[in-house]
Amino acid sequence: MSFDYGKYIRMEKMPFLWCPGCGIGIVAKALYKAFADLGWENNDIAMVSGIGCTSRVTGYTNCNTLHTTHGRALTFATGIKIARPDKHVVVMAGDGDILAIGGNHFIHSCRRNIDITVILNNNHIYGMTGGQYSPTTPQGAYAATAPYGNVDPCFDVVELSKAAGATYVARGTVANAVLLEKLIRNGLAHRGFSVIEVISNCHTQFGRRNRQPEAMQMINEIKERTVPLARAEKMQPEELYGKFVVGELYRANRPEYTEEYERMRKKALAKHQTKG
Amino acid sequence: MPQPIKFYQGNEIIAHAAVTAGCKFFAGYPITPSSEIAAEMAHLLPLYGGSFIQMEDEIAAMGAVIGASLAGAKSMTATSGPGFSLKQEHIGFACIAEVPVVVVNVMRGGPSTGLPTQLSQADIMQARWGTHGDHPIIALTPAFPEELFMETVRAFNLSEQFRTPVIILIDEVIAHLSSGIAFPTREELTIIERTKPSVPPDQYFPYDTSFGLVPPMANYFEGYNFHVTGLSHDRTGFPTTNPDLVHNDQVRQHEKIYKNIHQIEKWEEFYLDDAEIGIFAYGTSGRSAMDAIVRARKEGIKVGLFRPLTIWPFPDDPIREKLSKMKCIIVPEINLGQAILEVQRVLGPDIPIKGIHRVAGVPIHPREILALLKEINNEL
Ligand SMILES: Cc1ncc(C[n+]2csc(CCOP(=O)(O)OP(=O)(O)O)c2C)c(N)n1
Ligand code: SF4
Repeated sequence: MSFDYGKYIRMEKMPFLWCPGCGIGIVAKALYKAFADLGWENNDIAMVSGIGCTSRVTGYTNCNTLHTTHGRALTFATGIKIARPDKHVVVMAGDGDILAIGGNHFIHSCRRNIDITVILNNNHIYGMTGGQYSPTTPQGAYAATAPYGNVDPCFDVVELSKAAGATYVARGTVANAVLLEKLIRNGLAHRGFSVIEVISNCHTQFGRRNRQPEAMQMINEIKERTVPLARAEKMQPEELYGKFVVGELYRANRPEYTEEYERMRKKALAKHQTKG
Repeated sequence: MPQPIKFYQGNEIIAHAAVTAGCKFFAGYPITPSSEIAAEMAHLLPLYGGSFIQMEDEIAAMGAVIGASLAGAKSMTATSGPGFSLKQEHIGFACIAEVPVVVVNVMRGGPSTGLPTQLSQADIMQARWGTHGDHPIIALTPAFPEELFMETVRAFNLSEQFRTPVIILIDEVIAHLSSGIAFPTREELTIIERTKPSVPPDQYFPYDTSFGLVPPMANYFEGYNFHVTGLSHDRTGFPTTNPDLVHNDQVRQHEKIYKNIHQIEKWEEFYLDDAEIGIFAYGTSGRSAMDAIVRARKEGIKVGLFRPLTIWPFPDDPIREKLSKMKCIIVPEINLGQAILEVQRVLGPDIPIKGIHRVAGVPIHPREILALLKEINNEL
């Protein structure tokens, strides 16, 4: 289905700085489509990012955009959301950005259940700095700082988000843009902290070191390893090893942070008035 | 209607001044000896239509206040010691992105955990140079209850006027001393708001210098859809590595403070007119100096005080004007020699400048200053 990207892209900033075939472009397009489906006005959206290839999406997006420091987009986003709870706040993040240096901010944002949507472009590597291993690099994979294979165990973004308190958790891939659009749209519409993990390709830094130097090779590999939730539910844990289970994986109903704050404010004002 | 006189400690005075100045957002993380500021803000902000949040660390608190300020809320954070170290990366972000925020640093003994409950004045240079890269900064050093109130209001005003972080630099004793004070009302104060763009959104650039050294600032969600980044940027707000643009913008950011220094500098004088010996002191050491001067004057020693309320940018011209005729200068400070380096730079090698430097977690006693005054006076 066609839609007007022009509304959400800063056309004058083309071309993108990403490598040809990079998954980030697919993620950005899915996000713009989700904005369009929801009919969101540019002026009602703040998009915040940290530092990394993924974080450059803010510069190309036509809304109130903030490109912050490495790992800490969520802290700025929290300030924006609390100052303007009536507006939409979206965070674009790489896996190194939000799970390593920004890991603490990530779990605490989940815990607060503040109405922010995180699009986590998980390419399993530090793209921008030249292919060092990240908290999601699989054990055994090669990286600039893992020349003999990665020793570090990795995070499962979905389990981490659920355990920390996010109330909408989904996983999609760059190999299925239609599903991704739907997952992002539902995450944006959800009132609370939403995490959409996107399994993505960095063929330049990850693929090149792991026998998948072409974008399409990586995207096809991601497709082969993808298992929709309905099918995964019928499979054994051993069968799911190394697979990407996709779909809307978790949803919960919990009071949203800024709404709770307003309830507290009413209480405080009432107490203050009775004291005189 | 005049406000009643009540007892407040310094930290609480800052909180009351902040909400009176229109602060609508505070983010913090508990740390002695600044914690009471957060507690008082948590108490006041919901009643004043603002919001308080305790973040997961000081880096987060500093990020949150920048975000809230971009969204239009006057914002403040407060911290001490290790927390001030953690905030530095984001203070640099506020500098380069030109976001108004107020940061209180209650100085305690350091480095590291140091002396958590005791005073120091050892963050003078960190306030100036704590974040990496060249950047100007404004830092204020109030020392008395009324001053804490008025300088907090001034901190907000300067941050809005010059689109810059402003640091309120006090020590533990100033933060915790309680005194009776009647707060001014908002109507009695001058309150400055950031200059908004006068052009339509399609002609707006967040770092447009055609209106002067301080570019007008739109808030998020006002239809301007602009970009803010910590990368070096051009007037449109988008990254650039063009050598001229990068250099010129850094210089412009420096000049917006230094060319306007006369609107920023502020100091108090005490018995300077006929003085032969000058003291340069701030915060608790400034108060000790005043006490020492009263005693010294009784003994016929002609001594006076220059007490800066703006310590950064450093008050070069006023110091030259007020202190260059002195026969000797004393700089008491609770560090091993920080502001004294600047005083030496300004006054040059011709005037003897003596420091009293002790980092024991206790104030410099007026007796110590008096003893040095007598010694110097005998040699004059
Ligand atoms: C405090 C700090 N430390 C380190 C860096 C260097 N740095 C820039 S981007 C990056 C990692 C980016 O990887 P990721 O977050 O996975 O995003 P990607 O580039 O893969 O999209 C690092 C370590 C920095 N900018 N700031
Ligand atoms: S380095 Fe990787 S993540 Fe960065 S643009 Fe290239 S492919 Fe994309």
